Amino acid sequence: MEKDMERRLYADTGAPEGSPVVNPDPRTLGDSSNIQLFNEQLKLLNSGLTEEDRLNFCDTPPEVIKPFRGHWENFLNWARSESLWILGFGTGCGAIELRPLMTSRFDMYQYGIQPRPTPRQSSIFVIGGYASVKTMKRIVRSYEQMQGPKFVLGLGSCTINGGMYYDSYNTVNRLDHYIPVDVYIAGCMPRPEALLAGLMELKTIIKEGRGEGANKYAENFEWYKANQKRIIKDWNMPDYNW
Amino acid sequence: MLSAILTKTFYTFISLMVILNYALLLIGSMARIRAKVQGRVGQPVWQPYIDIIKNYGKRTAVTHGVMFYLGPVFRLAGGLGTYLFMPVVYGFVMFENFSFSGDLLLVMYFIFFGQLGMALGAGESGHPYSPLGVSRGLAQMTAFELPFALAVISIVAQYGTLSITEIVAAQQGGWQNWVAFTNPFAMIAGMLAFLGMSMQNPFSVVIAPQEIPIGPPTEMHSAFLGMLQTNRAIFNGAKMVLFMNLFWGGATHKYLLVAILIMVVKTFLIYLYVNIVGASFPRFKTEQSIRFFLGVPTIIGIIAVILQSI
Ligand code: SF4
Repeated sequence: MEKDMERRLYADTGAPEGSPVVNPDPRTLGDSSNIQLFNEQLKLLNSGLTEEDRLNFCDTPPEVIKPFRGHWENFLNWARSESLWILGFGTGCGAIELRPLMTSRFDMYQYGIQPRPTPRQSSIFVIGGYASVKTMKRIVRSYEQMQGPKFVLGLGSCTINGGMYYDSYNTVNRLDHYIPVDVYIAGCMPRPEALLAGLMELKTIIKEGRGEGANKYAENFEWYKANQKRIIKDWNMPDYNW
Repeated sequence: MLSAILTKTFYTFISLMVILNYALLLIGSMARIRAKVQGRVGQPVWQPYIDIIKNYGKRTAVTHGVMFYLGPVFRLAGGLGTYLFMPVVYGFVMFENFSFSGDLLLVMYFIFFGQLGMALGAGESGHPYSPLGVSRGLAQMTAFELPFALAVISIVAQYGTLSITEIVAAQQGGWQNWVAFTNPFAMIAGMLAFLGMSMQNPFSVVIAPQEIPIGPPTEMHSAFLGMLQTNRAIFNGAKMVLFMNLFWGGATHKYLLVAILIMVVKTFLIYLYVNIVGASFPRFKTEQSIRFFLGVPTIIGIIAVILQSI
């Protein structure tokens, strides 16, 4: 029965295999045939931009980059997991939980985790709770500017199923319909200890070579874009903000 | 001829490896010391290595043009140039690098060369915060350059030479011969300028993470950033070695290892001094730091020059 349900959910949403199954966001269930992303040469249309702006932006979608094999990749994964730079972008109430992690009580630096002020240099994006549609636009922009391999941590119930904003008109219910999420931390709001536990979980995931969110995003680019475009109505940015 | 070139290359390589690893560990341990001041455990001492490996190991990178590529290259050239033209440990061929009779001028030039190169690279990245950081950096640099140049002029007048090796040689024979004690005004002006040069608090407005994300390298990422981090280690090491040579008698001993140990202790103390100041004072605004450098340090520098010329 449960399996059936799961399959139906996947069939409905077209979610990438392995996505956790929770409440689907009803807004991602619609018809996506009217959202056109590519031209004949498989270049991005960037239809949200004006003619002259289009020249300034890239029109290639992200590519899947195969990991190396064997010990070298394991070594790199170890380094990636021991040097997690968090993008300093607090998207919801949960951002407040990052402060105690930086200061003396929990001190995340000892685990090789530190905040970083620019998406270019960060490797992990902590979505601190509810993501309103307006913030979602910035989340997508920032996420795409981060350089792979990159990881996302959904903090708080709001990112999982909408939490107490589940029926709100302007927050998304399920984060991983819009960007790939590696770890979810349940709670409203989760304590800093929970956040630390989530970060440790992420480290294991990376070390085991399962932190391939960036590739997942590239593989299912059209699906993610369709979902994003369905909720972000004023799409006035390039289709892929490398 | 060939063997001489090969030997020199080999020595340079060793000397570079020593300073790179030493400076990385030094940066790591200082971060840990700062953490202790704040009541934290702090990052592992080897964290800078992991960060560098991680950054070089990123799978993607975007470029903004030729200058964007060249920015980190220039910066690295600045770091290498500063380091490679002065003796690290006095009296050993292996560590005398490419020092020659006018090296002090060249080293001073290289200290600023990297910053200018970086300014071009950061400018091309197109991020509004980068030029903001650059303009702050250049303004501050112009200000601390003054006391530093005065200190150097004073030392040059004192010993009548532009060669770092000769300046170190003149300071041998006991601590009372160090410039720090024979020419204390030059030392004070120089060490104050060094605070600005190392861009720690209170002179950290250039990279001020809370206001202009991280200043010039805002757009630098992946291998570009890895390169900048490598350079940061070499450059920091080079600056400390320079100040040790100019003011604190250099490092020398009849055994190489002991001499290196002396270098390590002296540079560690110099860096510790920067960090103690950094941990104790809040950040200056750009105009405050400019006013600071053009005030007391410059006056002390002028006194140092006048005292040497009479
Ligand atoms: S889960 Fe709770 S604490 Fe977190 S963003 Fe939602 S409402 Fe706020």
